[in-house]
Amino acid sequence: MNKFVQVFTKDSFLVPVVAIIFGLIVGAFAMLAGGFNPIEAYVALFDKVFGDMYNFGETIRQITPLIFSGLAVAFAFRTGMFNIGVEGQFLMGMVTAVYLGVKLDLPFFLHAPITIVGSMLAGGLWAAFAGWLKAVRGVHEVITTIMLNWTALYLVNFILTTTLVPEGQQRSETIKESAMINIGWLSEMFDSARLHWGTLIALGAAFIFYIVLWKTRTGFELRATGVNPHAAEYAGMNVNKNVVKAMFISGALAGIGGACEILGVFHYQAISAALPGYGFDGIAVALIGGNTPIGVIFGAILFGILTFGAGGMKLGAGVPVELIRVVIASVIFFVAAHGIVRYFLKPILAKKKDKEVL
Amino acid sequence: MAWLAMGGDLLHDTIVFSTALIFAALGGVISERSGIVNIGIEGIMVMGAFVGAVVTFMLEPAPYAPWIGFFAAGIAGIIFSLPHALASITFKADQVISGVALNFLATGLAVYLTKVMFDGAGQTKTLTEVFTKWEIPFLSDIPFFGRALFQGYPTSYIAFILVAVVWFVLFKTAFGLRLRSVGEHPRAADTAGINVARTRYIAVMISGALAALGGATVALTTTSNFSHNTISGQGFIAIAAMIFGKWHPLGAMGAALFFGLAQSVKTLIQFFGWNIPVEFMYMLPYVVTILVLAGVVGKSSAPAAVGKPYETGSR
Repeated sequence: MNKFVQVFTKDSFLVPVVAIIFGLIVGAFAMLAGGFNPIEAYVALFDKVFGDMYNFGETIRQITPLIFSGLAVAFAFRTGMFNIGVEGQFLMGMVTAVYLGVKLDLPFFLHAPITIVGSMLAGGLWAAFAGWLKAVRGVHEVITTIMLNWTALYLVNFILTTTLVPEGQQRSETIKESAMINIGWLSEMFDSARLHWGTLIALGAAFIFYIVLWKTRTGFELRATGVNPHAAEYAGMNVNKNVVKAMFISGALAGIGGACEILGVFHYQAISAALPGYGFDGIAVALIGGNTPIGVIFGAILFGILTFGAGGMKLGAGVPVELIRVVIASVIFFVAAHGIVRYFLKPILAKKKDKEVL
Repeated sequence: MAWLAMGGDLLHDTIVFSTALIFAALGGVISERSGIVNIGIEGIMVMGAFVGAVVTFMLEPAPYAPWIGFFAAGIAGIIFSLPHALASITFKADQVISGVALNFLATGLAVYLTKVMFDGAGQTKTLTEVFTKWEIPFLSDIPFFGRALFQGYPTSYIAFILVAVVWFVLFKTAFGLRLRSVGEHPRAADTAGINVARTRYIAVMISGALAALGGATVALTTTSNFSHNTISGQGFIAIAAMIFGKWHPLGAMGAALFFGLAQSVKTLIQFFGWNIPVEFMYMLPYVVTILVLAGVVGKSSAPAAVGKPYETGSR
């Protein structure tokens, strides 16, 4: 029993939970300021998600890309890097998936897998470039990955307009059926919610994430590089190679995520003037999940519920969906500035310490 | 003569596009020179554009409305940058993450409030009172230079004056010396009796004010309203300009003008009928920044203590 209590009073558990509660409170204040009833709105949010099979299925669809982008951000974090570029890597994965999905002519058991591998490489290489710049030129990855996000956005628009979008339209052709990864019978069970194999791939990726980082030599080297690059260097590890490798894997995860969104959900890609936001949500997911695979899955579920349920808040309580952005931003803020959370937790934690002394 | 007129137009457009970038890049310079990374500039610009547009809308049809809106945006920028200062200075949070949160918060909050205020519409009503271009008497009649330099928005003149002010403050005053020393070597500055935390707070607040003025410039000159894509990436281009400009106000201004030129070259492309895809013009600022950082185009190094929280008594 004591052990059970310990888990729930651990910092790594308390800080994110309190940050989530603070985030919801900030959201509630914003709703009060806008003249809405926050309790009604939050109830409407959960009603939407758990109300019927279709919306529940769509929530699972919403959660899936967040697992990928969360894992991508978390993997880079574990190697001591902040990959803000998941956004761009995701986009590169998406455009590769559309391109291969439309242009290739293969039987179904080859088409989808080859497309996913292509997207994985595209996302991985896009990120590895930033890793290479860091390793060889010492350029900080935060700036390069931000710049690469916007470069990717316009490059993707260029590829789409020149090769895939029919004259005078704003979105690409639809991919061939052989490349789609939807699960027909499952979708039927969920009133034709867009469910696909990507969810399973995401969970598999989380498992592989764990195995690679904690059960292989490569993973040990990557984590060592993250904790202390100088010590890793001194121990004979090739830090530069590890930096590039880690960024490649991180970007590859994002690329697969992009492929699954295309092959399983949209089946086309539209020309966009703004970044889609998968990568930024991934930062929130990774932070709240403490950069562990299990944490990322829980974080993705939470943010998936929040972002999908936001539609319910609009219908049920008239609250604009953007409010949920405010909640998520506040959660990131409180996790980053955990000093603030600790400040409020002081009375509780102090009590705990007293007991320990006794 | 067509060439001269076109050249004048090109420079004129360049300055219109660059003005917001100059404000925000100056903000970036001040914050980073004090040792605080400010990725949140994009978000602060969004809030500046929002507050500028809304305050102006509320005061219409008074002819001074855009001026009040402009200054209100500056004050809003100071307030909005405070959470970042609190997190990264007092609570020693990761400055990049705190800045990312700020960006996230700004777009969410600004669009949310817009929808609350304007009955669910995603943008404010179109403003009737915005900044109009000032033609400086006599000077604006000079061929080429008149069109290029002396028929601009008042905000452009303010931006250029601020470049000089920021340069003077940073390099010619005691406060500027303190600000830079806090960014280069906070321990030495602390030993010399400079209050590191206070100096950094002031720097982040000034940076917020400047970035917000940049955002308001966009809303009150080019778009005449606020919507979710009034600011899309200008904050990051401003950060790029700061890096390309080597963390120096004059350099940042030069870089901002260069990126502004890249945006307005579209007119040039049409004039010559060149076949360069517009996407590549949009990409240019970002690609140039990567090249600069990679050392292909000159070397640029950040203030030594940038991004590191300062803990009294640490080594």
